[in-house]
Amino acid sequence: MSTLAHVFEAAGIATVALGSIRQQFESGPPPRGLWCDFPLGRPLGKPGDPEFQHRVLAAAFAMLDSIEPVLAEFDEAIADDGNEMLACTLPPRHDPDAHPAIDEARGLRVAYDRGVEMSEGRFGAGRVVAADDIPAAIEAFVRITEGTPWGEAGIPGLPMRVSHDIRGYYETAALAMVDHAPAAWASTRWFLDETETGKVMLAARQAMQDQEAPQPMWFYLTPGDR
Amino acid sequence: MPDSDIKALTEALPGETFETTAFTTPPPLAEATVAVVTTASLHHPDQDDFEVMDTGYRLLDGSRRDYVTGHWSPNFDGAGFAYDMNTVIPLDRLDELVERGVIGKVAEHHLAYAGNQFDLAAVRMDSGPAGAELLRGHGVDVVLLTPV
Repeated sequence: MSTLAHVFEAAGIATVALGSIRQQFESGPPPRGLWCDFPLGRPLGKPGDPEFQHRVLAAAFAMLDSIEPVLAEFDEAIADDGNEMLACTLPPRHDPDAHPAIDEARGLRVAYDRGVEMSEGRFGAGRVVAADDIPAAIEAFVRITEGTPWGEAGIPGLPMRVSHDIRGYYETAALAMVDHAPAAWASTRWFLDETETGKVMLAARQAMQDQEAPQPMWFYLTPGDR
Repeated sequence: MPDSDIKALTEALPGETFETTAFTTPPPLAEATVAVVTTASLHHPDQDDFEVMDTGYRLLDGSRRDYVTGHWSPNFDGAGFAYDMNTVIPLDRLDELVERGVIGKVAEHHLAYAGNQFDLAAVRMDSGPAGAELLRGHGVDVVLLTPV
């Protein structure tokens, strides 16, 4: 971010950079930077709140009046205490012969399709695994939890990208089951802590680590704090 | 765990060092053309997704709203962007600022890069200057940079 700001300024374009991580801003400051203490992934702060977003933009564009490099802090922080979690009803068991995670994923398909319609697919599945193939992708991680070596489990792509599609599938389905903008990380916590597939992903991550898979293969299956 | 724990994973990553700080004085904002440059790895569905360590950029058509994120890191909340694209690329807000006379014009095109790069030399020496030149060619005066 800061690198791009320097390069664009050198090319004759004035910049204002929004930043979420204070230490990065201070150690490599952009020419004009507004540190916003907001959760990662939300540089404008509050989804669905145009008034708040305009406040951020006003503070950012005001920095264009500065006649020298400047860093500032936005006057309101958005705290995340690590506990907020979405309350979404999970589908009842439909196929008792299927693994609970796979049965669950199939049961969420209608909600996922609604979520895609609402969000225009901005964060859904489909990067390497189409929505139709999400249950099969989950099955590969189930196999890892059951002892199959990760390289032989049939993960249909780079593990981090497959896991991104699985998480996106669930969080997009969750969007359709609530009537408000989720608090930051609330749908991720719901996915990892409340769903059968979340449990599989966490267990598969641990199993891959135990199998001594290369660190990037297992570490990026979930957010790094897990 | 709270968001601050995830920020702590990356806060010490070294950035590029610049011996001098380039600084451009813009025209009055009410006369300026404004573009968004984001490191959220956004792209249109019909464009190539971002590969891991992809230092290139994608040209975003401001007349469209079908932006998807190709960021490979799991260390950001995606639900905010899914719910409201303006959380990351605030083009609707910029349109409103044009209507209010606060900014002159919203650029027709915007740029997306992939954040979470461990080697920024290619961005500094190649794709960054190329993107800047492209936006200058489109008459952009001011860039708002947004991360995820």
